[in-house]
Amino acid sequence: MNAAAGPLLGGVGLRRSYGGRTAVAVDRIELREGEMLAVFGPNGAGKSTLLRLLAMLEKPDAGEVAFRGGSGRPAERALRAASAVVFQRPHFWSDSVEYNVGLGLALRGVPRSEARARSRAVCEQLAISHLLGAPISRLSGGEAQRVALARALVLDPEILFLDEPTANLDTDSRLDLRHDLERVARERATSVFLITHDRGEAFHLADRVAVIRDGKLVQTGTPKEIYENPADVYTARVTGAEFTISGAVTRAHERMVTVDIGGASLVALGEAVPGTPVKIAYRPEDLVLGPPDVPPADLSTRNLVVATVEERRDMGGLVRLRLRGPVELVALVTLDAAEELGVEPGVRVAVRVKATALHAFPAAPVGPRESGTS
Amino acid sequence: MDPLLEALRLITSGDLYVWNVILRSLQISGSALLLAMVIGLPIGIAVGLTRFRLRLPVVAVINAGLAFPPVVVGLGVFLFLSRAGPLGDLQLLYTPAAMIGAQAILAGPYIAAVSLAAVENIPPDIALQARALGASRRQAILLQLREVRTSLVAAVAAGFGAIISEVGAVMMVGGNILGETRVMTTAIVLETRRGNFDVAIAMGIVLMLIALCVNAALLLLGRRTIRRGQIA
Repeated sequence: MNAAAGPLLGGVGLRRSYGGRTAVAVDRIELREGEMLAVFGPNGAGKSTLLRLLAMLEKPDAGEVAFRGGSGRPAERALRAASAVVFQRPHFWSDSVEYNVGLGLALRGVPRSEARARSRAVCEQLAISHLLGAPISRLSGGEAQRVALARALVLDPEILFLDEPTANLDTDSRLDLRHDLERVARERATSVFLITHDRGEAFHLADRVAVIRDGKLVQTGTPKEIYENPADVYTARVTGAEFTISGAVTRAHERMVTVDIGGASLVALGEAVPGTPVKIAYRPEDLVLGPPDVPPADLSTRNLVVATVEERRDMGGLVRLRLRGPVELVALVTLDAAEELGVEPGVRVAVRVKATALHAFPAAPVGPRESGTS
Repeated sequence: MDPLLEALRLITSGDLYVWNVILRSLQISGSALLLAMVIGLPIGIAVGLTRFRLRLPVVAVINAGLAFPPVVVGLGVFLFLSRAGPLGDLQLLYTPAAMIGAQAILAGPYIAAVSLAAVENIPPDIALQARALGASRRQAILLQLREVRTSLVAAVAAGFGAIISEVGAVMMVGGNILGETRVMTTAIVLETRRGNFDVAIAMGIVLMLIALCVNAALLLLGRRTIRRGQIA
């Protein structure tokens, strides 16, 4: 997506509570022109509330939302005219698909003939033009969400707010809609604010990802930045890292630490003084398996442990292995590699992993972090 | 002749007395219904859509209106309009205006209560969705009401049902004066007492048909509004 400089929409010092429980406490968030920003976090993290605040559909208890640098009622009116929202469970008025798709245009006073033509065009783009005359009650979940997307896109919005648009769909419909979302947003150069608890959706679609927990943004950055350099244990965990390795720092040097894991040492990225107990985050796909008798001398990989396969789980073209060495490890290899190595329970393997693929975190959580510029 | 057959003959032959009473009934109850709608619908919708401090007592008062005994309402209107009453100078007692007032008081709470119940159960996500689509405050309210239009029509039908078949209040404030305040219900009471069963049955049949037709028409009207989609 063609991300350009300059915030289109921003929120500063946003606070929102319900019955004494803080739903959102975001110090700063911004959506840039033409980008797709995904706010990613588990259910109940405050994602939808944040969307409603930024879309100016709900007022914050404190803080301010600015659209194109302006705030207050004029900005709210301008944002309403320039944006559209697709909710997780969109409401449709009991009428035809065509009525629902054209509703936003009717509310804006667009002449009926023009509204009809625009509705047809956008429905063709989303391959739902055959549904135009159908009553809304007869749609499947996937079709309904597509109609909701058409109803938003027909407004030709500058900003498209998407609140878990694929959450209630089956796998095929989810992938189809995700593909269409990406294609249409690219074609129209629409700025997209996407809320999702789906890691794949956030990391594959978005230009930038903001990780949210308990209403607070933990880390914001490009998917690569967050994936490769998670700010804390939480971010590492929600981005798919495993945390089966723990130990104590024995040496610290230049953002690298050496960690004693009991019978072996691992070098990892991290900042902690010697003696600090740490957990090490790693991604199962970063572990490289090989026969235990191959000398590591020629490899640049600094970490090597020998482990025994305890459990093998086939997952289509991939195999997930649980290994027992000085610590428990989880590895993900391709089916071909697993067959070649003959990994079955009881087989010993050498596990290699680059130091830069390991992230050591102190046991105590750390605060929010903004990754480098995107 | 069989009173039933005679009743049918009175209806189909356009008997002047019977049709005079029927038309007067429609005129009075129609006007009362219109008045009750103009007052009851906005009250029910406003209370249903808003949250304010004294909302609960207000809802309780509106719902209490459903249990107003018609004769008590008639008595109240009678006392207000009687010569010694606060509005005695208007000399409205025993006129169609008094009957319209009494019937509106009876129908209003029905319309307000049923519309309130329908509106307060509108899911909040409808208003949110409407606003997200760019609806103004007025448009958002109309879009919410669109989703409960059948219930709103039912509210009006309930109000109509409460008055078209009512006899106590209209008898007290109207006086059952021929050509002036005699309506179907009061005529049925009178003609039955006189032993004119054919006339009473004729009025009864027409009353039932009117109740059926008006309710059917209101429901059809509700559905047509859906099709036309007049929201803005």
